[in-house]
Amino acid sequence: MPSVLVLSGWAFIPLALTFYFAFLSYNLQDPENTGWAGLSNFYYFFKDPFFVKDLINTIVLVVGVIVTTVVGGVFLALLLDQKFWGRGIVRLLVIAPFFIMPTVSSLVWKNLIMHPVFGLTAEIQRFFGEHQPFDWFGRAPLFSVGLIVAWQWLPYAALILLTALQSLDEEQKDAAQMDGANAVNYFWHIVLPHLARPITVVILIETIFILNVFAEIKVTSVGGFAGNLTYLVFSQLNDANDVGMAAAGGLVAVVLANIVSALLVRFVGKNLEA
Amino acid sequence: MGSITLEHVNKSFGTHQVIPDVNLTIEDGDFVVFVGPSGCGKSTLLRLIAGLEDTSSGRILLDGQDMTDAGPAKRGLAMVFQSYALYPHMNVYNNIAFPLKMAKLDKATIDAKVKDAARILNLTEYLERKPRQLSGGQRQRVAIGRAIVREPIAFLFDEPLSNLDAALRVNMRLEISELHQQLKTTMVYVTHDQVEAMTMADKIVVLNAGRVEQFGTPMELYRTPANRFVAGFIGSPRMNFVDGAEATKYGVHAIGVRPEHITLSTTEGAWAGEVGVAEHLGSDTFLHVTCGPLGTLTVRAEGEKPLSHGDKVWLTPQPGRIYRFDKDGRTLAAA
Repeated sequence: MPSVLVLSGWAFIPLALTFYFAFLSYNLQDPENTGWAGLSNFYYFFKDPFFVKDLINTIVLVVGVIVTTVVGGVFLALLLDQKFWGRGIVRLLVIAPFFIMPTVSSLVWKNLIMHPVFGLTAEIQRFFGEHQPFDWFGRAPLFSVGLIVAWQWLPYAALILLTALQSLDEEQKDAAQMDGANAVNYFWHIVLPHLARPITVVILIETIFILNVFAEIKVTSVGGFAGNLTYLVFSQLNDANDVGMAAAGGLVAVVLANIVSALLVRFVGKNLEA
Repeated sequence: MGSITLEHVNKSFGTHQVIPDVNLTIEDGDFVVFVGPSGCGKSTLLRLIAGLEDTSSGRILLDGQDMTDAGPAKRGLAMVFQSYALYPHMNVYNNIAFPLKMAKLDKATIDAKVKDAARILNLTEYLERKPRQLSGGQRQRVAIGRAIVREPIAFLFDEPLSNLDAALRVNMRLEISELHQQLKTTMVYVTHDQVEAMTMADKIVVLNAGRVEQFGTPMELYRTPANRFVAGFIGSPRMNFVDGAEATKYGVHAIGVRPEHITLSTTEGAWAGEVGVAEHLGSDTFLHVTCGPLGTLTVRAEGEKPLSHGDKVWLTPQPGRIYRFDKDGRTLAAA
């Protein structure tokens, strides 16, 4: 019983406070103006010119990264499932990006790889005679953030799919061969259906986490162009010092995330039953 | 059509030689069983015929045509696997239709063939089900259905009954034999169970460590085993072997007598012994008799023989039913 109290307090108090703040006029730059705000926080959050843009960014980021990591993950898993020398070490290396903190990997990508002056890509472009290397974060901010996030999540997808591949019965391959299936047929009719369940699990987990991507956007300072809803909430709080508005935005994000995950869980649940 | 010929077939995995040098001709329409202890290379031999493994040297001829380097699908063979290897996400209909779809037949032909196979195998009402909604026996039949629709020149079975319980195994054994009678297609069947081999085969290949120990009809193997290994492998319970002084009396290294060729007496006989375990099966009684220096011998007695642990008995081998083996295990003329 005490543990239930502690746990529910731990979970509900922040949510309850957020809920409370969302209906207050609570701007640190305007401390005179207090009291109930009604629904105006929500009204202005939705009317914020960044809201629609960041909502679209969020969706593009989630969908784009998931498509990339699932397709790339299947491909990588197929490669890693082959027998080759040093397979154990390669498998270990492949998972490495997943262990690196998002802030650290973002810094590395931003300053060492994609930097328009000092970065590796700039160096390569100059080697091929390009005098004005591509400015990733300036010209394609959302794509660049997506690239970093996809790099982090690709190992996860590959690893889950690899374990699934290894549970595929060898005799099925033999049977398919006897039945006259070539490599493409085998992949399409046997391997891919076998991977359907792990793929839905990967989609579910990645959706939940990529909806909340923040470090990559903050570290690469592209929030103004490629911000998502999480970043918008942060900027309401940090840049505009508007606690009430941030709380309202947080609630909107929570509701959206819940709708998405409820839909996904139903979809995945159906898939896992079948 | 449907003969299979192996000429000097040899298979090595790295430096490890699994099949040394096999020569074998399987006639069209025969039901041939490969039998041997686990690890004897019988499954490898079957996979070589199927084309799922490459031969290291030698030739494989199907219907007189050299198919040594042809892919599995090109050989016109169908295989039923130990795990059935049904495609779990496809229903029964699509499982059976899969090889036909791969062969790019038109929809109407596929439909007719699948329905036909389902009718023969009593699967018509299960066509919409997924494999996991089927019992072991039904899965087995789907696997056979998938093989039948291809109209192969020969069927290959890789221990197809080992995942079934005892009662179902007897049933499926009959069904497969019945199917062979109906289709008259060559069938090659791998098992470690000598009862399956004896009951189903037209001809049996006994394999040991990749070598063909003997190739012949079940009764030939039973009556005239070529060597001690075959003698011990064919027949249930297995043959009793006696070596040492008693064998020297017969002028050989070892002698063998089957449990059913020993006369049992409670008063007199050649070998005296004491009953150890007595297995009363109703129709038969198997007695494990300890005979001093001869070791423990198994004897088949009539069903309701009232003998039990500790009883004194005498055993006499039936004349003309004693097998004699030289020191390399080869069979010599019977005594």
